[in-house]
Amino acid sequence: MKPIWYFVGLLLLSIGTVITVSGVVELLDPPPRSTILAHLHPSIWWGALMILSGVVFLLVNRRKRVG
Amino acid sequence: MISVGLTFFDWLVIALYFAFVIGLGAYLKRFTKSQEDFFLAGRKNSSWVAGLAFLSANLGALELLGMTGNTFKYGMFVAHFYWVGAIPAMLFLGIYMMPFYYSSRIHSVPGYLKLRFDERTRVLNGIAFAVMTLLVSGINLYAMALVLHTFLGWNWDASMWISAATVGVYVSMSGLLSAIFTEIIQFFLIWFGLFLVSLFGIIEFGGMDEVLARIPESFSTLWSTSADPADNGMVITWAGIVLGLGWVLSFGYWTTDFLVVQRAFSARDLRAARMAPVIASFFKMAVPFLVIMSGLVALALASDPDSGFALLSDDGQVNYDSALPLLILRYYPSGLVGLGVTALLAGFMAGQAGNVSAFNTVWTYDIYKALLRKDATDDHLLWMGRMTTVVGIILSVGTAYWAKSFPSIMDYMQAIFSWVNAPLFATMLLGMFVWWITSSGAFWGLVIGMMTSFFLFLAVKFHWIDPTMLTLSDHTSDMAANFWRAWWAWLVCLLVTIGISLFTEKKRKDDLVGLVKGLTPEDHDAGVPWTRRPAFYAAISVVVFVLLNILFW
Repeated sequence: MKPIWYFVGLLLLSIGTVITVSGVVELLDPPPRSTILAHLHPSIWWGALMILSGVVFLLVNRRKRVG
Repeated sequence: MISVGLTFFDWLVIALYFAFVIGLGAYLKRFTKSQEDFFLAGRKNSSWVAGLAFLSANLGALELLGMTGNTFKYGMFVAHFYWVGAIPAMLFLGIYMMPFYYSSRIHSVPGYLKLRFDERTRVLNGIAFAVMTLLVSGINLYAMALVLHTFLGWNWDASMWISAATVGVYVSMSGLLSAIFTEIIQFFLIWFGLFLVSLFGIIEFGGMDEVLARIPESFSTLWSTSADPADNGMVITWAGIVLGLGWVLSFGYWTTDFLVVQRAFSARDLRAARMAPVIASFFKMAVPFLVIMSGLVALALASDPDSGFALLSDDGQVNYDSALPLLILRYYPSGLVGLGVTALLAGFMAGQAGNVSAFNTVWTYDIYKALLRKDATDDHLLWMGRMTTVVGIILSVGTAYWAKSFPSIMDYMQAIFSWVNAPLFATMLLGMFVWWITSSGAFWGLVIGMMTSFFLFLAVKFHWIDPTMLTLSDHTSDMAANFWRAWWAWLVCLLVTIGISLFTEKKRKDDLVGLVKGLTPEDHDAGVPWTRRPAFYAAISVVVFVLLNILFW
């Protein structure tokens, strides 16, 4: 069985990708109503951080098995 | 009600989460072959997996919303729930109690009561726990549907049934294993999903000191205003915090509530089981950054008329639970809103999965096998566990509908917690550390302790007595009354158990080896380097705990 950390990595990578793409789309085509601190573009860098964390979890655990 | 339109990206994040947990349940089903796999996740988890699951079982969305709202209402005193109201008890469980739990190879906390005392004490606690978990599970479901309806305009029935069915599918496939996996995923989603709320609050104000400067002193300190209840937001003295929360409620919950302790039972060996609550304690101390900080940011924003921030009201009553969702909507753009909503959804669903997996274990072992089918085979118990999961989910949905028609249900939930956990802690403490406590003493002590808690709740609720009689103070609050009620129920259970034990037949010491401290050889750390011993990490946890209390004194 693959360890839980592998699945954590998979989910962070998937969701991080969606959030980063949404941030890029908002950067190119700003929405009519923006949130407080929207100028910091949190979706882009927070999504990127999630992608990075996901990749680390996946790489470290890709060959591991438990049980 | 406010309604926020989710974008395509928000929906995609939510859909990914649902697909992921269902897929995970299906993947884990092939590794769930025996009742040990289903009820105890095969007892093969590392200390990190068991530790994070131990913490996450308590970190439900109800807690996140409620504690952020409570911080708005009571101030920084709510941090006591995370520090003095958790850390000493978690460490005590890991260092002193876990060897007796884990080494006796029991499946549940009521199972220990059977070995130490007798069947009737086990069944009494098993039934009380089963009722409590179903109620909590239903309230969890109700709260989730309420949040989704209030903030996203989702259909009440649809959101409740879809999430309940999802939990039912993955828990019935692989039991505790899938519950633990989804709890760990929930842990990461909550941190990634809610961390930015506090961070952005601090950035908006220009620093943490700026946030605290906008809040009255009675709301921004931890101990320095606890001498007089009139000086702090929670209207309680340090004695109420230490005796009621720090001692009885905290130790009652963290050391005897099977929902959390079951996660440590799933560890692969005794050292991993002992390390699980110790590891969890470090993360528990960090949770206030998410909830307390968010609550303080909301309070600071609400005190500034130019901020445009105000909590929702329901029929003139302030809805404190709206603080966290409103902050998410204030700070999060498209995509991140989906992540924030998913974090809350994951918290709700993992909370329900935790309750249902604990319920199916206690029902199967402590009620069904103990009373109805003593000769049940392994396969039959596994089948019963899966069936109980489905039944538990349906009963939870029923409880949720009941909660919908019962406006003061949260008050009753508080009563149920102190009804079950507070007296049980006295029973467990005496049972594990005093060999001459008898079965009759434990049973009747538990019965009278539970009745005391229930009576005191009714007495305050219906004004038979003044709450200041409970709290021993001229000033009081609902929270203070909860803490003190737990203390009195615990004390009554303790005294009755000791009193009856003095005059009833004791078990032979030989029969209590492995179950009672002092009669059991404790060589589990023999030959282990001190840097690998759980006590070493517990000592570090204590140092951090003391420093945090001094820092926010």
